[in-house]
Amino acid sequence: MSNTIRRVISVVTVNEHGVLSRIAGLFAGRGYNIESLTVAPIPETEYSHFTIDTEGDKKVLEQIVKQLHKLIPVLRVTEHAGDEYVEKEMALVKLPIAESLSDIDALARSYNGCIANVGEDYIIAMVTDSSSRVRNFLKAIKKYNPKEIARSGVVAIER
Amino acid sequence: MELTGSSMVIEALNQESVDVIFGYPGGAVLNIYDEIYKQNYFKHILTRHEQAAIHAADGYARASGKVGVAIVTSGPGFTNAVTGLATAYTDSIPMVVISGQVPTSLIGTDGFQEIDAVGISRPCTKHNYLVRTASELPRILKEAFYIASTGRPGPVLVDIPKDVSAELAEFNYPKEVHMATYKPKIKGNPRQLKKAVEAIKSAEKPLFYVGGGLLASDGVASFRELVAQTHIPVVETLMARGSLRHDDPSLLGMLGMHGTYASNMAMSETDLIIALGARFDDRVTGKLSEFGKNAEIIHVDVDPSSIGKIVDVDYPIVGDLRSVIEDLAPLLKDYEPSSIEEWIKRLENYNKIHPLGYQDSKTTIKPQWVIEKVGQMYKEECVVVTDVGQHQMWTAQFFPFVNKRQLVTSGGLGTMGFGFPAAIGAQKAMQDKIVFNFTGDGSIQMNSQEMMTAVIEKVPVINIILNNNYLGMVRQWQTFFYEDRLSETNLEAQPDFVKLAEAYGAIGYRVDTKEDFEKALTDAVAKKMPCFIDVVVDRDENVLPMVPAGGTLYNMILEYKDQ
Repeated sequence: MSNTIRRVISVVTVNEHGVLSRIAGLFAGRGYNIESLTVAPIPETEYSHFTIDTEGDKKVLEQIVKQLHKLIPVLRVTEHAGDEYVEKEMALVKLPIAESLSDIDALARSYNGCIANVGEDYIIAMVTDSSSRVRNFLKAIKKYNPKEIARSGVVAIER
Repeated sequence: MELTGSSMVIEALNQESVDVIFGYPGGAVLNIYDEIYKQNYFKHILTRHEQAAIHAADGYARASGKVGVAIVTSGPGFTNAVTGLATAYTDSIPMVVISGQVPTSLIGTDGFQEIDAVGISRPCTKHNYLVRTASELPRILKEAFYIASTGRPGPVLVDIPKDVSAELAEFNYPKEVHMATYKPKIKGNPRQLKKAVEAIKSAEKPLFYVGGGLLASDGVASFRELVAQTHIPVVETLMARGSLRHDDPSLLGMLGMHGTYASNMAMSETDLIIALGARFDDRVTGKLSEFGKNAEIIHVDVDPSSIGKIVDVDYPIVGDLRSVIEDLAPLLKDYEPSSIEEWIKRLENYNKIHPLGYQDSKTTIKPQWVIEKVGQMYKEECVVVTDVGQHQMWTAQFFPFVNKRQLVTSGGLGTMGFGFPAAIGAQKAMQDKIVFNFTGDGSIQMNSQEMMTAVIEKVPVINIILNNNYLGMVRQWQTFFYEDRLSETNLEAQPDFVKLAEAYGAIGYRVDTKEDFEKALTDAVAKKMPCFIDVVVDRDENVLPMVPAGGTLYNMILEYKDQ
């Protein structure tokens, strides 16, 4: 019925205990979606940077931003739009050693990645790219029989 | 100066000019209660249930505009307080609630009377704190009062572990608050204001829609002036009753589910809704797609998230309502009330066609009559508190309000059991006023134990029980929408309220005629003692008009006829 838009939102908060649950609780309590969420302290400050990948119609997105603002420990909320920002996400994929190392290496390289580890039984490939390209990579890697996939959330920053 | 965490609490409350707190002791707050015992700064009122302590602090805050303070212990003490926190949060009432917590070494171990208070209260407080060390307590308490009372007000919880309340640390109570992340906006954007003024001037059918934000911002006096200057008609939400005097010609009454015909028709026909500190609650709007269909909307609110949440707004203005109104007034100096004469006449006519009313009776007491009678006799000198249900709506409809903060009622959350303890708080805030609690035979039983508090503390709350032996509002919905299948709403089995009052050392009256009611009322006011006046009222009276849930405002049930 409504037009769902994907949106990446950066939130800078005071780095204190409980902030993550305030944000997660806000999304859960008001029925908003979280595709992914990453958080880490901003070095040499008292702040943390959250990157939240979410979706909703225009009204919902507007509310998400306003409700985030309303949380007392939140300093800044930035809605990333168009190509005014850089976003990256990362994925690790564990593949059987029997698969072609060079094929996988080539594939990973084309998605800004590499072979991160080669062990007795498994190869681990790593890529770092935009969310949609990581998705494409995960499609492409399917035919090499991945055993396990670990995907990070998005991190984003304004240009 | 080094103080224990407990002494810091006492000193901070003193510095915040707190004169009364409401609470209930327990293991985790023993240290704090020991300091309460030793101090002379403020009075502590011991309620008989933690929920009541929070409602009392809430009632105190609503009646006075000051921050209400309550204190409870950990675990069940805190969980009992949750309903009170949620009630205050929904209606944006400034409160600071202090809860005890198990010692920090026990947190996370499922210790005795341990519960995650900040976790549970996160969605029903404006903000909350778990205090880690006594050294951060002065800053946290200062912030708690600041956050509770500024911007869009709300309750703040400060959870203090038992070892922190015993710990010594340096006490310097901050004079000011410095929070990089919290700076409520006061001034409305001048450019937006100008646009809004143009819209008001060009509107043919403008309408003020005012909510509880008007009280929170202390903007009532300025608003009354603005209305006197412009003659723009006004509809009030439940929370805003008393913003205008009941006999102000510009007042159309309450709007929404049980609003007046004129108010709801005005809302349906207006071409410019000027929303001031109101939040477009579903009980107000009815069916959204039909709400204010012909109107542009100006929305002034201190909380940006309120704007555009429910309806799209043409002129959003973020700012303190009083400040915005005072900025608007000079810009509307040349406003011509004559330009909306036709509109005003049209609305007056609506009021003539379907005025608010009820069929009075010679044989039974109508609940509306009771409310009108109390209003007639004491409207200038009383605070009116309600519980939740039919009696609450009748009070909102029929009481002739004259002052701001004259009505204390749980609007957003609709908490039964709120009335009596809130009335105790309101009475502590307004010692020279008569405090009436209009309640029902259902609601009063949800906190009737507070009669003990009222008696021992000599708080002369007059509880008027509009007794219809039903859970009346639910009964009304069952009658209207469930073919009169009265599932679990018959309250014929009930205590003898006269004896119940007397058991606590209070006064009880039971009346079933108008004469007896008037006698009981005068006697209760003269005696200045807490009492129950148990009024036997017409069992089958309905609250009308009514917009069924999800219905459109202009389709009101004006009278109900048995099929």
